[in-house]
Amino acid sequence: MTVATSHRHRKVAESRTPLALKQSRLPRWTLPVLALVAVAAGCGTGLAAGLDSAVQWGLIAALLFVVGTFLLTAAVEGGRQAKDRLATTVVWTAFLLAVVPLASLLWETVDRGRKVLNGYFLSHSMGTLPDALPGGGVYHAIIGTLEQVGLATLIAAPLGLLTAIYLVEYGRGTLAKVVTFFVDVMTGIPSIVAGLFVLSVWILILGFGPSGFAGSMALAILMMPVVVRSTEEMLKLVPNELREASLALGIPKWRTVLKVVLPTSIGGITTGVMLAIARITGETAPVLLLVWGAKTINNNPFDGAQQSLPLYVFQQWQQGSDASYDRAWAAALVLIAFVMVLNLVARGIARWKAPKTGR
Amino acid sequence: MDYSPHPTTAPSPPPATGSVSGKAVRPGDRIFLGLSRGSGIALLVIMAAIAAFLTYRSVLAISGDKSNFFTTLDWNAVGTEPKFGIAVLAFGTLVSSVVAMLIAVPVAVGIALFISHYAPRRLASPLGYVIDLLAAVPSIVYGLWGALFLVPHLSGLYGWLNDFLGWTGIFSYSNGAARSLFTVGILLAIMILPIVTSVSREVFLQVPRMHEEAALALGATRWEVIRMSVLPFGRSGVISASMLGLGRALGETMAVATVLSPSFLINASLLDPGGGTFAQNIASKFSEADTFGQDALIASGLVLFVITLLVNGAARLIIARRKEYSGASA
Amino acid sequence: MAKRIDVSGLNAYYGAHKAIDDISMTVEPRSVTAFIGPSGCGKSTFLRTLNRMHEVTPGGRVEGKVMLDDENLYGSGVDPVAVRRTVGMVFQRPNPFPTMSIFDNVAAGLRLNGKYRKSELKDVVERSLKGANLWNEVKDRLNKPGSGLSGGQQQRLCIARAIAVEPQVLLMDEPCSALDPISTLAIEDLIGELKERFTIVIVTHNMQQAARVSDRTAFFNLAAVGKPGKLIEIDETERIFSNPSVQATEDYISGRFG
Repeated sequence: MTVATSHRHRKVAESRTPLALKQSRLPRWTLPVLALVAVAAGCGTGLAAGLDSAVQWGLIAALLFVVGTFLLTAAVEGGRQAKDRLATTVVWTAFLLAVVPLASLLWETVDRGRKVLNGYFLSHSMGTLPDALPGGGVYHAIIGTLEQVGLATLIAAPLGLLTAIYLVEYGRGTLAKVVTFFVDVMTGIPSIVAGLFVLSVWILILGFGPSGFAGSMALAILMMPVVVRSTEEMLKLVPNELREASLALGIPKWRTVLKVVLPTSIGGITTGVMLAIARITGETAPVLLLVWGAKTINNNPFDGAQQSLPLYVFQQWQQGSDASYDRAWAAALVLIAFVMVLNLVARGIARWKAPKTGR
Repeated sequence: MDYSPHPTTAPSPPPATGSVSGKAVRPGDRIFLGLSRGSGIALLVIMAAIAAFLTYRSVLAISGDKSNFFTTLDWNAVGTEPKFGIAVLAFGTLVSSVVAMLIAVPVAVGIALFISHYAPRRLASPLGYVIDLLAAVPSIVYGLWGALFLVPHLSGLYGWLNDFLGWTGIFSYSNGAARSLFTVGILLAIMILPIVTSVSREVFLQVPRMHEEAALALGATRWEVIRMSVLPFGRSGVISASMLGLGRALGETMAVATVLSPSFLINASLLDPGGGTFAQNIASKFSEADTFGQDALIASGLVLFVITLLVNGAARLIIARRKEYSGASA
Repeated sequence: MAKRIDVSGLNAYYGAHKAIDDISMTVEPRSVTAFIGPSGCGKSTFLRTLNRMHEVTPGGRVEGKVMLDDENLYGSGVDPVAVRRTVGMVFQRPNPFPTMSIFDNVAAGLRLNGKYRKSELKDVVERSLKGANLWNEVKDRLNKPGSGLSGGQQQRLCIARAIAVEPQVLLMDEPCSALDPISTLAIEDLIGELKERFTIVIVTHNMQQAARVSDRTAFFNLAAVGKPGKLIEIDETERIFSNPSVQATEDYISGRFG
């Protein structure tokens, strides 16, 4: 330090804060205390000013905490540390603020849904029950959802799978590029537009009535790109050495794909298809346009209006009576449970099969 | 795609059966290739059919419209003098999506950073998992929750906004049920939060360690590391994640249909009822529409289709550019 | 601008695994100290404990004392950020910030540490790039991205970035292992010039390099795979390579193992 203090070095040394490894820091207990004070102040202000919603209380507390820590840190530790602390508190606050509504959503659904959710609810339809009265069930909606989603899967899964095989195993040149591009485009189609398309062709032009199958076609359009995308990803994970090893044995290409490539990636592909099923199970808009929503059990998806779980939720909400609200929540709970189970099983399969893809 | 250069033409070694090797393609291969290529073509045909049929029905509707389809502030598609236009719908869709993006993107980036760089390591991966699960909650459930839980809890906040910001006109509030475009925006924000978070988190986790260490070794604080190496690296990823979220917000039907109290007028105040969105209008007008009315709704659906195509196209472009860029700098 | 490092009783861990065991040594100011030893002997880990980068790795933990002149880097109340400002580092693979221009890369550290006038920044950037023997090659394209340079130029850019903030010590973690022989030579020459101003510690796999550039050499070894690395000996480079006092060092130098 003392030897080489030439002019240029001094200039730099002057323009920054003196070098010190130790910095004055806030004691560890400051932040929790500050958080408590902020929450207390938030509740206090809320009570004093008579603000009726907890949303405001939370916002006041969060704001106080963020600003408070920033000012305190700036005073004690300096500007750079204060900015760092500000970023940390903002990130934490963002996380907590987002957790609240998402947790509330799950909590409300479970709490309000379990009220009428029982064996009777699951095994009966609405029948001729007036909407304002308690009772009734979702059996017809469950049947409808299972049939519509099943049909959609029967259409979309093979088409999607084969398209993905084409793109990964054969695809070069313009056609593959065009298909890839339109798979992307298709992923972004709003579900109601898919519904409108089937409506315009199947019902308005060809003159068929509403049916579960009409809904299935719209759902299949929504499902296909998802299956293509996920299958593509999985097929790309299969190491080329495997294919080459098989081809080198004189096994034809198509048998290589069927016997080597697909079995290797079957876990991931199954996961992708199940996630796609979970996604279309919750779709309401196309079903609203094409299936219409019957109150009674219709086991035939090819003829006449059916019901489906998401549509049932919507229609019960529309009725606007306490009894129908209860049914809407209960059906929503059934729907969430169904989708979550599908998701968990799908991810479970992905994890269980993961080592086979060579990781 | 990255498969060996000539797989289809690769000469199969002489088979054990001793058949002539002059045959270029076996029947099995031909059938299989035909099937898989056929599926790809089927997908293209479906896309073309969607565009064609929607356009066809829209032309029927718009030519029967007795007023300007783009500027009319009304939706009356029945009777002999049908007058309908998408001005209100465009306004409502735009406003609710913008509100949703303004809320969701910063919060999503915050959560993504929280998971990738702030949360205790043991918490980080379960959190990511939960966020992915939340992305799977059906939109109708968000709609139900929004209508029966969120709406009653927002009127207090809106009164507050009115007290402090009512003078702007945008935030004036006349104490009705909070079933307005702003509420829709908040609900849409909550809905797209998981997907935007999930994609952003992926990008943040991909930031090469050496870039972060470069900043650390210069004596950067955690925030400075994020600003110097994480955010620049992840910027295009966040943009495309936001576009994907925007695509969802634009086309969302049920959550809007349950929350919004539709009124066919453009209201400067976002907290009072007013406006509608393309998707919501289709869902709520559908049951009372005759064939011509359905065509009119299809016409508005076509507009929505084109808008989402543009938004998604932009997102894909950004992702593609990012790939080139990260390939060059690797 | 250079300080002495005095390490005593230093242990470093990755989670439950002990990576280096009870290391004590002194690094002299304004000289080059080289760390050599077989892979996995903990020399890079030890290097990273000297500017508190080790604790950034998941599970990384350090015990012991590292004195920089009279301040303990691991003392209570010491800010790791300030430590890294004082002890600069150059990494194995060149890592310029990919989104920043050459100029911004060099100025990055300065901008963190306060406000500078434009002319001041320009001075420091020019001086640092000259110090890293890169100025003549890049002076016409300071606004181009740093990732467009060759590997050797990128590494010198990283050195310029590190010395721009005038650290007391410069740590180099195998700085030439990703470079071709000509770029390596350029960096080695540069190290010889930089030691006039900085305390330099360099980890290298290349024994000829250690012999060429360093004044003192420390040899690290580990008893077996999975065992923690230890410092075997540290001495004048000449002595280590001609007449080491420990048999293991001699075996390693003469290529009998490792």
